[in-house]
Amino acid sequence: MAISIESLSVSRGGVNLLQGVDIELENGQAGILRGPNGVGKTTLLRALAGLQPVESGTIKCSLEDICYSGHADGVKPTLTVQENLEFWANIFGSPSIREVAEKFMIIELLNTKVGNLSAGQKRRVGLARLGLTGRQVWLLDEPTVSLDETSVKIFGNIIKDHLSEDGCALIATHIDLGLENSAQIIDLLEFQSNSGDLSSSNEAFL
Amino acid sequence: MIALIFRDLRIAVRAGGGFGLSLAFFFIIVIFFPFAIGPDLHLLSKVAPGTLWVGALLACLLSLERIFALDFEDGTLDLMVTSPLPLEGVVISKAIVHWLTTGLPLVFLTPFLGVLLGLQNSNVIFLIISLIFGTPALSIIGTFGAALTAGMKRGGLLLSILVLPLYIPTLIFGAEAARRGIQGFETQTSILLLSGVTLLSWAILPFAAASVLRINLR
Repeated sequence: MAISIESLSVSRGGVNLLQGVDIELENGQAGILRGPNGVGKTTLLRALAGLQPVESGTIKCSLEDICYSGHADGVKPTLTVQENLEFWANIFGSPSIREVAEKFMIIELLNTKVGNLSAGQKRRVGLARLGLTGRQVWLLDEPTVSLDETSVKIFGNIIKDHLSEDGCALIATHIDLGLENSAQIIDLLEFQSNSGDLSSSNEAFL
Repeated sequence: MIALIFRDLRIAVRAGGGFGLSLAFFFIIVIFFPFAIGPDLHLLSKVAPGTLWVGALLACLLSLERIFALDFEDGTLDLMVTSPLPLEGVVISKAIVHWLTTGLPLVFLTPFLGVLLGLQNSNVIFLIISLIFGTPALSIIGTFGAALTAGMKRGGLLLSILVLPLYIPTLIFGAEAARRGIQGFETQTSILLLSGVTLLSWAILPFAAASVLRINLR
């Protein structure tokens, strides 16, 4: 089992968003989170990544296996693509950035400053970090924002490669990544909480 | 950690990295001071240690906001929290980089600026020693303050208010050490207390800053 979530409840800003979320993903399986804006996709992914506390429920997955990618790319505009990737490669102890750069089609951009890239190219640099982490469980929050059609297709294939290497991915997206046949579609509307404000939440004091 | 230190140093010295800001500020304070006080060398050399110390402290304060704000805005901080790097290590790296780009250059600048304030060459050494022992505390305390205000846009005002009281012990012992040295008294007590404040800050604040950051990232 790559990741298993049981009756998870998460809240944001003192409002309980999702309740009783059950998700189970095997190695080699992808899960796609669907749901309207504000339903709690990002909050759920951040909670799984350990960035925010959960209200209740259990997550069975080691934080060491998780790689989170959010709305922001986390790349520095004044550094070149290569310097950005080398930094993450050093942090995660992965050997070569060239292979990953080739995979994500940014090999010819390596010596360009990130500040001079287009939004889509910058996104690809941000996503290339995934390949450097060597981690099994990818948590992706709207990974395809500002990617063009070809890049989306390529990224879909990268995810498929990752899955075939026994990886696993949980993706919040509105776009068809070409994974829909094999992936588990999770509609978060089912888990939407109706309790509204949390009187027991202590978030206000933190 | 070393990767992070090198990356941040690289960013600091690139265009818009804010490396020169504190230095220029320090420079301006110390240059303008003699103009304002007048050409009385005796008076100037008397207020020199205090001026240089307050100048260093304010220059340090100026660059604190940048420590976490940029990484917070572009999402790097989120990614670092989920990386194998311990958050305490991130805090220490950030403080080291802040010191290397602010505190250390200020120490190097002091001998030259001491001349403007009528300090004799033999006395400048006391200022340098007190700054070397004191400025690391300014960096780590400032990093803690920056962690407290990380989630805030334009948190500079709050940051200054939070950090200034914590700077006071360093300022008192640092300026005292320099003053006593220049007047020919023994400086050991002040230097020891100054180093004590610095060491205590470096021992405790990385943990405090890391847990504050975790809360701010929610």
